[in-house]
Amino acid sequence: MGLNTLWFILIAVLFSGFFFLEGFDYGVGMLLPFLGKRDEERRAILNTIGPFWDGNEVWMITAGGALFASFPQWYATLFSGFYLALVLLLLALIFRGVGFEFRSQIEDEGWRNTWDWLIWLGSLLPALLWGVAIANIVRGVPIDEHMNYVGGFFNLLNPYALVGGITFVVLFAMHGATYLALKLSNGLEKQAARVANRLWVATLVMAVLFLLYSYPEVFSKAQYFGIAAVFLAIAVVALLADGYFLKQGDMLKAFWAGAVTIIGVTAGFFASLYPNVMPSSLNPKYSLTIYNASASPYTLKVMTIVAVVLVPVVLVYQAWTYYTFRQRISVKDKMTY
Amino acid sequence: MNPYFLARWQFAILTIIHFFFVPLTLGISVFLAILETAYVRTGKKVYRDAVKFWGKVFLINFALGVVSGIVQEFQFGLNWSEYARFMGDIFGAPLAVEALLAFYLESTFIGVWVFGWDKVSPKIHATVLWLTAIGSNLSAIWILIANSFMQHPTGYTMKADGSGVLMTNFGQVATNPNVLYQFPHVFFAGMSTAAFVVLGLSAYLYLKKRGDKAMLDMSVRWATIYGLIGVIMVITVGHFQGQFLVKEQPTKMAAAEALWHSEQPADFSLFAIPNESTQSNALDIKIPRFLSFLSYNDFTSKVEGIDEVQAKMEAKYGPGDYIPPVGITYWSFRLMVYAGLLMLALLLYQWYLNSKGISLAERPGFAKAMVWSILLPYLAVSTGWIMAEVGRQPWVVYGLLKTEQGVSPASVVSGGEVLFSLLGLGVVYIVLTYYGVKLVIKHLHEAPPHAAEAD
Repeated sequence: MGLNTLWFILIAVLFSGFFFLEGFDYGVGMLLPFLGKRDEERRAILNTIGPFWDGNEVWMITAGGALFASFPQWYATLFSGFYLALVLLLLALIFRGVGFEFRSQIEDEGWRNTWDWLIWLGSLLPALLWGVAIANIVRGVPIDEHMNYVGGFFNLLNPYALVGGITFVVLFAMHGATYLALKLSNGLEKQAARVANRLWVATLVMAVLFLLYSYPEVFSKAQYFGIAAVFLAIAVVALLADGYFLKQGDMLKAFWAGAVTIIGVTAGFFASLYPNVMPSSLNPKYSLTIYNASASPYTLKVMTIVAVVLVPVVLVYQAWTYYTFRQRISVKDKMTY
Repeated sequence: MNPYFLARWQFAILTIIHFFFVPLTLGISVFLAILETAYVRTGKKVYRDAVKFWGKVFLINFALGVVSGIVQEFQFGLNWSEYARFMGDIFGAPLAVEALLAFYLESTFIGVWVFGWDKVSPKIHATVLWLTAIGSNLSAIWILIANSFMQHPTGYTMKADGSGVLMTNFGQVATNPNVLYQFPHVFFAGMSTAAFVVLGLSAYLYLKKRGDKAMLDMSVRWATIYGLIGVIMVITVGHFQGQFLVKEQPTKMAAAEALWHSEQPADFSLFAIPNESTQSNALDIKIPRFLSFLSYNDFTSKVEGIDEVQAKMEAKYGPGDYIPPVGITYWSFRLMVYAGLLMLALLLYQWYLNSKGISLAERPGFAKAMVWSILLPYLAVSTGWIMAEVGRQPWVVYGLLKTEQGVSPASVVSGGEVLFSLLGLGVVYIVLTYYGVKLVIKHLHEAPPHAAEAD
């Protein structure tokens, strides 16, 4: 396997990890103002992800940084091309991140409620925008012979991408609800489980719609659809299993089934993309590929050594933190957030 | 609405605001880790109280640093896509290492620190804070490695078609002599910033007669030492960095001195009003021979002036204006240095007070000065970066790429879009900073008032 393919896979792995972990953070944030009716309930909800959200967000930073390092042309085309969408993403993430820290520091109801809704927006928008972004990337967007995106902002809000965005929203909301069912108490965990069940139905509907829509838009053009189909099949089976476990009330198995769904979908779409990284809808000759968009073999080699050494270490200590804070959160706890 | 003009202002404003939060995080994380280690070793409550009290300030600041930092990673692609294409083989790697090595460490363990006071042992809790502090400072190393390439390219070769750089030696990129000065300089600036924030806020509490006296007295004593190390070292490293830059970035240093013509020996300008159209200084108060001394350790050497450096650059790179804006470069340099020297003087006086057992409560005038002097390290780090980055112009990568060549094409990112992001992000940053400061002040006012006692 060449370094270019290896790094394509590593980028897919980083994005899978990012969507798995931040997926439930975004979901929790989206459910915050609805599941939490009283202040102490909202605090409990925030404290379920309190120790983890920042470390989870670094998966996004790392995916972006690794993208820049291994496929700098892809980074340049994507980040300049999807400019406004990314600026909105940044604004959302700023409100969310500051919201976690600031929200409970003043006892005023107006202050706390405002931040709760900013956290909500700061969780909903990223879920939507990442879905829109991934859908647009795999479908192909207008890219010219200089590797520049020439489509403008509204082009990104095409129906296919919006379906992808909404699919991400409900998938992450369901995943977040499942997480809350594992981490809350005082009866909130049962409410979360009920919400998760309902969101599963929405996710199933959107997933079917998105997968069917993806056939003409993406899959029919995929060079390695066989491989992609395997990942997508795993994702579909996992999603059905997720629904079964949710119905049975086995929230732990449901959570992991949801994780496999997210990872399977991500892997499936990346596999559909390969060996392109940003197909051009103007002319396939203008597409960015794992070859013409990549860094030099030397740089890829250096980055491989760095990643091979560091990623396992990161996985170990991040896992340790989840173990350390494995207890459920009660509304009677002394709240940090 | 020229997107290039707007893109430059955006990068400058958003980066400077990001760097309001970074030095405090760098310095106070280590300071608090030292205090928490003292708690673990001695069991004395005063250390734990200090860690929890100043920790609140740290966390408010840290949140703002994180969110503004995410924007930084995106900015290189958003507004500087041609730069990203040209530099991609070299610039992306340190950023990726920064995320893999430093951000994961910092962001994962801070969660444990914040939430784990009652969940892990005191020893582990202190270790976790050390890991957070190390993570933050490691991230500074890697981003400075990236910036150092821009200042002083090394470990590279040019692509055959001239469209970009190729990394040839990662070791050389990572041990760029520029970063060997720049990282310690930033690290000690972080210590200095943390010291002045702790001292200034302690002074405020003494004036308001609030706060635990034992905790404040201890904080003042420790912050003074921490600050003295920071300021003395930042000046020392800065001096040697200046000497390095005289050789490696002569355009920056000549502009920073507003030295229009070569001089031998060269006088050091204390206060000048550069006039860029007449290429002279309307006013120039100088110390004789002192610039030769600063640059070359003697009082006789010639120091190259702007005219000579410009001629050399034209000979090397062709016609063009290779001199950065002299007024901005000169004054940002002076303000940074003067702020640093004033900080040193204030710390020396504070140290004197500490040695005599005189509390800031007994010196309300100086205490007020220390409250205002919180602004000094912020002035110093901002003007320092303005000097570093404006002084590098017209290059975005010194000698290899001009800033104007790096901007995202107008057909991809329009002036309107840049205006939207500049205003949107800029206003949000300012509003959130305002609320952050409000929360810090609120936290201070929640400190218990002093019991009535004979002062």
